[in-house]
Amino acid sequence: MTSSMLFNVTTFTYLISMIVFFTFLASKNKSLGLTGSFIAYAGFAVQTVAIALRWKESYDMGVGHAPMSNLYESIVFFSWTIILIFAYIDIRYKYRVVGAFVVPFALLGMAWAQLGMNTGIEPLVPALQSNWLLYHVITCFLGYAAFAVACGISIMYLVKAAVEGTDSATPAGGLMSMFPPLRVLDDLNYRAIMIGFPLLTLGIITGAAWANYAWGTYWSWDPKETWSLIVWFVYAAFLHARITKGWVGKRAAWLSVIGFAATIFCYLGVNLFLSGLHSYGSSKM
Amino acid sequence: MATTEQSFVNKLWDFFCSLKLTLFLLFSLALTSIIGTILPQGAIPPEYIAEISPTKFQIYSKLGFFDMYHSWWFITLLYVFSLNLVCCSIKRLPHVFKFISEPTLVLGEGTRNSHPLKKELKYSASIEKGKERLVQFLHKEFSAPVITELNNEFHLFAQKTAWCRLGVYVVHFSILVIFVGAIIGSLAGYKGYVAIVEGTSVKSFDGKNGQKMPLGFEVLCEKFNVEFYPTGAPKEFRSILTILENGKPVDGFSKVKVIVNEPLTYKGITFYQSSYGQANEGGAHTITATPRNGGTTEKFVVREGEPKTLKDGTTFAVMEATQEVRPFAPGFSGPAARVQITRKGAEPQVFVVFKNYPDVNAARGDAMVLGYEGTDAKQYTGLQVAKDPGVWVVWLGCALMVIGISVAFFMSHKRVWVVVSNGHIRMYGNASKNQAAFSMQFDELSAKFLELKI
Repeated sequence: MTSSMLFNVTTFTYLISMIVFFTFLASKNKSLGLTGSFIAYAGFAVQTVAIALRWKESYDMGVGHAPMSNLYESIVFFSWTIILIFAYIDIRYKYRVVGAFVVPFALLGMAWAQLGMNTGIEPLVPALQSNWLLYHVITCFLGYAAFAVACGISIMYLVKAAVEGTDSATPAGGLMSMFPPLRVLDDLNYRAIMIGFPLLTLGIITGAAWANYAWGTYWSWDPKETWSLIVWFVYAAFLHARITKGWVGKRAAWLSVIGFAATIFCYLGVNLFLSGLHSYGSSKM
Repeated sequence: MATTEQSFVNKLWDFFCSLKLTLFLLFSLALTSIIGTILPQGAIPPEYIAEISPTKFQIYSKLGFFDMYHSWWFITLLYVFSLNLVCCSIKRLPHVFKFISEPTLVLGEGTRNSHPLKKELKYSASIEKGKERLVQFLHKEFSAPVITELNNEFHLFAQKTAWCRLGVYVVHFSILVIFVGAIIGSLAGYKGYVAIVEGTSVKSFDGKNGQKMPLGFEVLCEKFNVEFYPTGAPKEFRSILTILENGKPVDGFSKVKVIVNEPLTYKGITFYQSSYGQANEGGAHTITATPRNGGTTEKFVVREGEPKTLKDGTTFAVMEATQEVRPFAPGFSGPAARVQITRKGAEPQVFVVFKNYPDVNAARGDAMVLGYEGTDAKQYTGLQVAKDPGVWVVWLGCALMVIGISVAFFMSHKRVWVVVSNGHIRMYGNASKNQAAFSMQFDELSAKFLELKI
């Protein structure tokens, strides 16, 4: 058994989970919602073992390091954290349908990683040989994952608001009756961001500490750093906007979606379109 | 006149205190920051200048877009942001302090009825007895209450973690601390670069604008080495450095290993491994030539690009050389040189000769087998040099920010009011945030409350 096989199982499990969640939406069968969650958790368990196994495999190859060193490993870890944060929100607040809008993010990540990327284990280049790698990556991606969950919830909010908006007197029936009330979605969005913001802050601080330790500058306005700060500004604005009138509901949901778009640009866009210190796995010193 | 001045000052004050300004600044900082991630910053590559129109270039330069994070308008945004933080805090902190030091001891009739969390208990003992029992209860199960007697009723007030309302202000303050740290760093610190050739030492480094700055001591590079993985990817860039004072090695700073992620700090100045290269480009290479059919090996010491003619009229020249070929030719290691050979009357040929693989060199099948023995050229190590006395202030600010955010996000000010009247006791609860979690806590408290026998 190899980690690569288990990652394929994970991807497949998330696919099944998503299909079950969609069927749940269409059929309104309560037990399907629970099944969807459990399948996602099963996938999560397999993925956890797979990540541990890949870690071990890297040691067997003599290039031992935490599996968070290149784009492939980071996106696998990202989808793992998305399900982790989803599980927290799911167990705590029990709005199963949220899974239909969050599990697809994790699936998308896994599918892209498994189908379109070089999956080989590479040795760590000198720049990444530090314990800071672990702290920095874990905090950043947990933060990103919370923002992904918040984005999924915000999309639900916007969809529901658009359907109900036309005749708001009567809550829409059909599919929309499966969604939590708008007030709850707004609150869940806020709660997910309340998880993500401290983690992003920690991620930026650990990154700064590492940069200072490795290069002697804690902040150099490198595109990656700057974009993480942009994301931080957006969510800081979100948190402050909530205490002013008129910024709950739709505007908050849009802000959350924009925040996640900025997050994704920070994670992927910067590497694809801009240059900087975070070119995954390249042989920078 | 005085009143209009007054109102202007008030308006200005309100402007700097407003949350709208905060939102405007956060969005402006986020949006403008994008510019610097798209346009090149600092030293602009000439290809870029050739790419854009001169007018565009002039406009961008005028607006400071090529060093935008230090441009007057970005710095101004940051100053206004700080001012906004300070003003908001000055405006709101007294209220918060008052809220903590002078809590609402007595719940008004109106607020009482609208409270979502409330429980009522009937009892038969005297009101004095009821009060005593409840004081005991709150003391044991929640926290020590403050007692107020009003209109033949006893009002008990108990609270937990009132100070967590200050968390937000700790976060705001931490941002200012980080700014102060950054300013200290930019005024009292410096960054630079120094290249040290193996076996030599330096007493100064290149500062920001290329001017030599004295170190106050001497740094000797004993050796520089690069290690590679079998795949050809670099594994370790390693300098062995010794600090010299008055020409003598300093205890504990002799032959120190410096690699990426493991810098060396001496007297507040830190050296970071950052680059390396061949010191004297004009170093000499040793090429051997052995006739295939036996005979003595001849050695030639040549400089790069310098042609040499062998006895049989063949001309060769070293195009380039490396002391570690692995990144360029995975599977091979050690020194190698790219050589151009021109046999009499033939077209020039280019191939690589290795030091460690004579068989490979011989496999080419020429009459004259060439080999490479290496170079006398030395390597240099490139080190970032930095001193930043403000960095600890920045870390202090970061620590404060983490603490502040933890308090502001994950703790809540919990309050419980108990009104002891004749025959019945009512209990109310409130939390500054996360009502859901608190309502569960309140339910537990209520269960014990309702079981009280008075």
